[in-house]
Amino acid sequence: MTSQIHARLKVARGDFTLDVDLSLPGQGISALFGASGSGKTTCLRCLAGLERADDAYVEVAGTVWQDTARGIFVPPHQRPIGYVFQEASLFSHLSVRGNLEFGWRRIDPGTRRINLQQACELLGIDHLLARKADTLSGGERQRVGIARALLTSPSLLLMDEPLAALDAPRKREILPYLERLHDELQIPMIYVSHAQEEVARLADHLVLLEQGRVLASGPLNQTLARLDLPLAREEDAGVIIEGLTGAFDATYQLLDVHLPGSDLRLRIPHAPLPPGATLRLKVQARDISLSLAEDSRSSIINRLPVTLRALSEQAGPAQMLVSLDAAGHPLLARVTRYSSDQLGLHEGQALWAQIKAVALLGNSA
Amino acid sequence: MPLDASDFGAIWLTLKLASLTTLILLLVGTPIAWWLARTRSWLRGPVGAVVALPLVLPPTVIGFYLLLALGPHGFIGKTTEALGLGTVVFSFTGLVIGSVVYSMPFVVQPLQNAFTAIGERPLEVAATLRASPWDTFFTVVLPLARPGFITASILGFAHTVGEFGVVLMIGGNIPDKTRVVSVQIYDHVEAMEYAQAHWLAGAMLVFSFLVLLALYGSRRGKSAWSSA
Repeated sequence: MTSQIHARLKVARGDFTLDVDLSLPGQGISALFGASGSGKTTCLRCLAGLERADDAYVEVAGTVWQDTARGIFVPPHQRPIGYVFQEASLFSHLSVRGNLEFGWRRIDPGTRRINLQQACELLGIDHLLARKADTLSGGERQRVGIARALLTSPSLLLMDEPLAALDAPRKREILPYLERLHDELQIPMIYVSHAQEEVARLADHLVLLEQGRVLASGPLNQTLARLDLPLAREEDAGVIIEGLTGAFDATYQLLDVHLPGSDLRLRIPHAPLPPGATLRLKVQARDISLSLAEDSRSSIINRLPVTLRALSEQAGPAQMLVSLDAAGHPLLARVTRYSSDQLGLHEGQALWAQIKAVALLGNSA
Repeated sequence: MPLDASDFGAIWLTLKLASLTTLILLLVGTPIAWWLARTRSWLRGPVGAVVALPLVLPPTVIGFYLLLALGPHGFIGKTTEALGLGTVVFSFTGLVIGSVVYSMPFVVQPLQNAFTAIGERPLEVAATLRASPWDTFFTVVLPLARPGFITASILGFAHTVGEFGVVLMIGGNIPDKTRVVSVQIYDHVEAMEYAQAHWLAGAMLVFSFLVLLALYGSRRGKSAWSSA
């Protein structure tokens, strides 16, 4: 994956300092993840040019948007971005259609890659076109806000906690649309969030921010499995596996999910899906147990041969965190220190991972 | 109706003066209000105070200084004379200048409130949707500040109609040139022509009431001074 977004940003505001150097892939969704005050929104605003970092170098797809050293600052309205704010911030003096067409009208017709109808279809808002912006529900407003940003055919879509202002049902309403954007559009996105579920469902690349600094940056599944990050020490720590649907066992209602690049598979209770569809699965560290040999007498159906990559004692006085490799797919397991000693866990050891539960994230198939 | 030609002349002159003043104030007051609403400069306080001065100063004070400034020895008067324009005191032009100064806060403050109420967000949204700052001003700020512009226009117009002291100081009392309704009423009362004074005064009263009714009635419970 070639890094197409480079951003070096330094901001000092009172007792808050942001000092990051980001290289993000020019495709898929990169999540900026961190607690409030970690500087993720400031990063996004600097990328958009809405805020001017004291010292910055921003380059996207080969174009320099900002370089303090050379005195370059492309103002926000000249950057080919789409920006989705936390509150949809629709123009109250315009109809939904007026909002959608606002940016669309202002770009060179030759650069339009998406039209009104496609955007409406993608976000399910065609029935709202004639409505006034202030008559919409929170979820509808945010969908219009996303469509409005898409209609500028951006080279980079920036989303600042687009779901944070919504209640749980509205979040569930919008997440599938975001997954569609991820699957159907070729636009790289940067998604700011402090909600693990959103990141797990949407992100391909994960940047962890803490107090204005980058703690980690890398592909989602690898970053989640890193033992040295605070994420791994959380109660619901785990990894995300992107698998491909396979055969369906009608007798037991089990669906095969193949781990790409290997002949390993997981079987999950699920209705049949067309083969070859991508599914995101979350496997939590607490749901994996380890054994030295395959135990076919177990009730646990998902058993994978793994190699132990690393051990960490940072999970608490009685717990060990174990990083595993299943044919190139990282897994994270949490076992007691007692079991660890009993099994003689060590790096490079061949083990069997028994996976008690696999959660299907979303249904992007 | 006992009103004569000089009364109607005064009414016409008043309407002309108020319309022109309001128009000029909207053009001049909009950038001032925008600057006051947006700037972080230390000048914001002093400029805001100067704009608001006519709210507290007696009109005679404003009129007195304007008379000095616009007169043949004042710095503006000298300039206009040097340009071959003569002095503008005791002329309709002088009245317009005086009215603009006098009614300034009644236009600037509602606009400033309207601009402040819009906030930063719509401007940022517009920028991310490729609108330049000018484009944003005309297609986002102006429509969103419409209630503020309506309030500002009504107050500016009505306040100019109601002015007396400044007019008398720098306009004098020249029929069809500087004699507006308020001065005309004063003349009628001085001359014991109470019937005509009644008609004009009553008309002013009804006019002012209707203007304020339109203003407060249309805002549906919102204060006339807050906007958007």
